[in-house]
Amino acid sequence: MANPCEVEVLNNALSGIGVDEKSLVSILTKSQNEHKKSMRKGCSKFFLEDERQFERWNDSAIKSLKAEFKLFKDVVVLSLMHPWERDARLLKKALKKGPPHYNVIVEIACTRSSDQLLGARKAYHSLFDRSIEEDLASHVKGSERKLLVALVSAYRYEGPKVKEDAAKSEAKALLNAIKNNNGDHKKKAMEEDEVIWILTTRSKPHLKVVYEQYKKISAKTITEDLEVELLLKETVECLCTPQTYFTRVFDTALREDAKEDAKKALTRLVATQEDVDLKGIAAKFEDKIKERVKGAYKDVLLGVLADDRK
Amino acid sequence: MATVSAPKQVSVKEDAEALRKACQGWGTDEKAIIAVLGHRNAAQRRQIRHVYEEIYQEDLIKRLESELSGHFEKAVYRWILDPPDRDAVLANVELKKSGNKHHVIVEISCTKNPEELLAIRRAYHARYKRSLEEEVAYHTKGDTRRLLVALVSAFRYYGEEINTTLAKSEAKKLHEAIKDKKFGNEDVIRILSTRSIAQLLATFNCYREQEGTSITKNLPKDSSDEYIAMLRMAVRCLKDPKKYFEKVLRRSIEGIGTDEDALTRVIVTRAEKDLKEIKELYHKRNNVPLDKAVDKETSGDYKDMLLTLLGNEV
Repeated sequence: MANPCEVEVLNNALSGIGVDEKSLVSILTKSQNEHKKSMRKGCSKFFLEDERQFERWNDSAIKSLKAEFKLFKDVVVLSLMHPWERDARLLKKALKKGPPHYNVIVEIACTRSSDQLLGARKAYHSLFDRSIEEDLASHVKGSERKLLVALVSAYRYEGPKVKEDAAKSEAKALLNAIKNNNGDHKKKAMEEDEVIWILTTRSKPHLKVVYEQYKKISAKTITEDLEVELLLKETVECLCTPQTYFTRVFDTALREDAKEDAKKALTRLVATQEDVDLKGIAAKFEDKIKERVKGAYKDVLLGVLADDRK
Repeated sequence: MATVSAPKQVSVKEDAEALRKACQGWGTDEKAIIAVLGHRNAAQRRQIRHVYEEIYQEDLIKRLESELSGHFEKAVYRWILDPPDRDAVLANVELKKSGNKHHVIVEISCTKNPEELLAIRRAYHARYKRSLEEEVAYHTKGDTRRLLVALVSAFRYYGEEINTTLAKSEAKKLHEAIKDKKFGNEDVIRILSTRSIAQLLATFNCYREQEGTSITKNLPKDSSDEYIAMLRMAVRCLKDPKKYFEKVLRRSIEGIGTDEDALTRVIVTRAEKDLKEIKELYHKRNNVPLDKAVDKETSGDYKDMLLTLLGNEV
């Protein structure tokens, strides 16, 4: 007969984020058929008894387990890939999966350095025999097209020099565009030429100043005013306040009810962001990681975010 | 092919000394400057500038700027710069001009291969502490802005693969937009600024097969609308850059007066690339060799510089 605590160990090993490989190994190697039978009876989360009193795996449980096992594999594959190939493949996948995944395109286009983004574009040529711009432009049908193509084509200046006056007037222009479109449902702010050229050609230091200037002339920040246009909001976030964006990804992924995409987002961040800043955020979430994440995946997360990583 | 003849082995030290000598004392020995610089390729010119600065502790370019003047000075200044840097300067000069005409931006973005355009954008960062894209966006509006920013941001795929079905359908899209006079249509800008050159050529061919005339003929020629003029230019540059440059040269020379800026620009930027073929096209079209036309229309050191770059010994 299986120990009640073995049942609990099994439950734990398969819950949360990732899987506790070590515990699973010890359960499997020590269990005989009788053990396994009573474990099936005890873990109602994963097994159910159908109308013919046949104990079987819960199909949706298998599906989510598959995703959990995959987390480790994904983080390994992503981390070992050349950053350019990685970004090119992530972009292609996001494009293929459609509008709910376009935020990945925004994330990559806005959080990479100019040369990294360029490298991703080159890698895309090599991998797919097309340019990412062509594919985006011909596959994205909606109002996001202009914004996404322009974001991905950017080769921003990376120096610190900023023109205060230009930043001030551009903050004003953004405010106008956003206010004008809140009532008018025909055109979204993300389709406005002014918004697009400011957000997709100006340097990041410049945009950070625009963000500050905007706060002075509006009651809210740009991101608060853009609640209705999620993609545009994330664009501004990634460009001006990446910390907020990263924190949110961590937070969403580490919740009880975290969905597959949220955990994939976490994997993606961990494997692709090399910023020192990421460590600061991770430190805040270290306890949550220790509590909710299991096994090899947890070790990777903690190791990657540890102090001695370069 | 290039028209400039640069010897394989040069002594950059001797060149630097010769240039120094040419600039010292009263007046300047322009012939000596042309004799050296007019026969050096980009790599050699770069080395000469470097060695000159090492030996004489001053910037050769600044020195030449102060010694020379007029069209000759402009020609030498543009010639001596590294090609990407040169194009960045040309782009910046064009943007600072008032008015809506930004033909040079179209020319630069549509006649270069992807790596060259990229190098220009990098050079622009380094020189002007901004990106070319943001400057173009800042100085333009509306359809013009959307077209130019897209063209300048392009990083086209550079392979030879073509998708014929796609070419046919995009040719149709272009035709519909032109027919409805919606020249600033998103599809038009998207196709022209993202497709690879090979794919575009296939598309233009399909257009001609479908419509019976070439796409350039269907874009109104003497429109007062600057945007349409630039669109037409973009198509011509993408389709056949050499033919385009021949026309720029022809226009700059014919009629009353000469457009020295355009003449200098084409000769200086193509002398190390395909000026030879452009010369042949010019001769065929105008029944007179380009060298002869330049000889007739220009004078002095400026003329000598241009003729040297065209491959003549002056």
